[in-house]
Amino acid sequence: MDGIYLDNNATTRVDDTVVAAMLPFFTEQFGNPSSMHSFGNKVGLAMKKARMQVQELLGAEHESEIIFTSCGTESDSTAILSALKTHPERKEIITTAIEHPAILTLCTHLEKEGYKIHILKVDEKGRLDLLEYAKLLSDQVAVVSVMWANNETGTLFPVERMAALANEAGVLFHTDAVQAVGKLPIDLKNSRIDMLSLSGHKLHAPKGIGVLYLKRGVRFRPLLRGGHQERGRRAGTENAASIIALGKACEQAMEAMQFENTEVKRLRDRLEAGILARVPRAFATGDVTNRLPNTSNIAFEFIEGEAILLLLNKFGIAASSGSACTSGSLEPSHVMRAMGIPYTAAHGTIRFSLSRYSTEEEVDRVIQVVPEIVGQLRKLSPYWADNAPVAEPGKAFAPTYA
Amino acid sequence: MWDYSDKVKEHFFSPRNSGVLEGANAVGDVGSITCGDALRLMLKVNPDTEIIEDAHFQTFGCGSAIASSSALTEIIKGMKLDDAVKVSNQDIADYLDGLPPEKMHCSVMGREALQAAVANYRGVDWKDDHEEGALICKCFAVDAVLIEETIRANKLCSVEDVSNYTKAGGGCSSCHEGIEEILARVMAERGETFVAGGVSSKKEEKPGKLTNLQRIRRIETILESIRPQLQRDHGDIELVDVDGKTVYVNMTGACSGCQLEAQTLAGIQTKLIEDLGEFVKIVPTRTGAYARAVSHA
Repeated sequence: MDGIYLDNNATTRVDDTVVAAMLPFFTEQFGNPSSMHSFGNKVGLAMKKARMQVQELLGAEHESEIIFTSCGTESDSTAILSALKTHPERKEIITTAIEHPAILTLCTHLEKEGYKIHILKVDEKGRLDLLEYAKLLSDQVAVVSVMWANNETGTLFPVERMAALANEAGVLFHTDAVQAVGKLPIDLKNSRIDMLSLSGHKLHAPKGIGVLYLKRGVRFRPLLRGGHQERGRRAGTENAASIIALGKACEQAMEAMQFENTEVKRLRDRLEAGILARVPRAFATGDVTNRLPNTSNIAFEFIEGEAILLLLNKFGIAASSGSACTSGSLEPSHVMRAMGIPYTAAHGTIRFSLSRYSTEEEVDRVIQVVPEIVGQLRKLSPYWADNAPVAEPGKAFAPTYA
Repeated sequence: MWDYSDKVKEHFFSPRNSGVLEGANAVGDVGSITCGDALRLMLKVNPDTEIIEDAHFQTFGCGSAIASSSALTEIIKGMKLDDAVKVSNQDIADYLDGLPPEKMHCSVMGREALQAAVANYRGVDWKDDHEEGALICKCFAVDAVLIEETIRANKLCSVEDVSNYTKAGGGCSSCHEGIEEILARVMAERGETFVAGGVSSKKEEKPGKLTNLQRIRRIETILESIRPQLQRDHGDIELVDVDGKTVYVNMTGACSGCQLEAQTLAGIQTKLIEDLGEFVKIVPTRTGAYARAVSHA
């Protein structure tokens, strides 16, 4: 499909060689890996290879630390619910205000069931206060769950340090790393991270495959019980084709790691600098000195994100927004609100997320188109007049709010 | 992505009458802070004829907010003020060949801007008369505030009650968890505990001693007493049929398709239940918002 795809934090294109690697497992290699005959045996061997490819990308010590699941959300729920089951006397959970709904919605639900949820606040750049975190660690906390990289801004949390602190306090540490895996070097054998979630479709593998990394020795209770698959830790017939695809994608991510942190980063920086130089009253959100190499989140003041996306789409450009209207909820992104971004800017945030397939021509085209779009929408905005915001926008336009 | 009609897209990509209107003598500024949409409507009204000679808008908002603003200006240009105030949010949505349920509030904002502008022209204060909450029932576009108020006003205690009164939860049923949460919260306020699967608080009672004819006459009398209020808002109601506990009515004029129709009906239903001393369900027929929602569900 033609078009400029800059929404890779939402999902990625499955790499052609990854598709080629998985296709035989729908047809001639259709066997059940649990079967005794050779139809199944070959699939089992291919899955073993895939498990080792995932192990390699994560820097895990043992291949048996890799548990295949159906998605990042399943890995997150499995990790947190297992920690609660293995520590029934502990009734507290620590997490952050800007986690993905896969964690936050689960925590809100657990709160109703009587758990105490400590939600770490972030500052205006989306950074945590580690002193506040350290004070909360106690023998009442069953698990800490902190994302490695934020999906909207790309801002990184110091999860390795936080895991070490949790470990010293005798508390389990889980990280939702779906945005970080494949974009940052990870070395789990030298970390104190107990559990980590990843999702295949964020790194050029198909949708519907995820992984829970479980450090050897960490006590565990499965979410799904049944057959002996994944050593009894995740019952259910394996999604063999997708597991093999994920293995291949991990191998490729390993090879592209350098490229991701040099060339993709260069294009991202070019895009951001180009837009900010041409559009007044726009700023990058999050901690721009400490973030994923592929992500740029820009707030365009006084206009609304969905309107920007619709116009970008007209030019064949795909991105996403923290505006309320794109999600059908009434609130702008919880990430932007947690950072204290004002409503008039939070509704106008646009996330551009690149991949190793992004090109300089594409980036330059976006730099050319965005100022036009922003100008067009600002012409319609009651907060804007001529080439600048109206004087004292908050007073000049103060509507009666419902 | 939203399933916007071609008309919505067309008005978004090429909005009519946008920008400041020089010499405007009626201005309405309204918005919805939760959703982040805001609209300024500017009118040039001929003081002798009260005809809207020109209408412009400025909007901070999403695609459907901009399209609704554009549609509104097109609808009201050339209208007399008295006719313009009768334009309902459903008229705006219809002009655009419909809006997704999550986006109906954009058309409400348009209607409110119009009323605010007319009030501004006539030198009277305008107060917005509704509060919107998170959308709970997507089949029938019912929000949390309406559900909460209905539960409180009628002391409801089951999901079935809520569906009978507001229609919420009567479609795909995915929102029942959300409705149960609101029930639990509101019931706790009055010192009760929500029990899932509990008996409906409004048990069906056999019609009392009244004969069918007496009962229908009674219903008519009650509707008659409500009619002046509706007519004040340029709407009306007529009784179509009574079948057991179900009272079929037809909402007409400005009531038809009004965002507040569900609330209005819930109020009328409460009055009917009180006066008749039995549970009845009021069901709008034909063109109401419900019928529209059902056909989209």
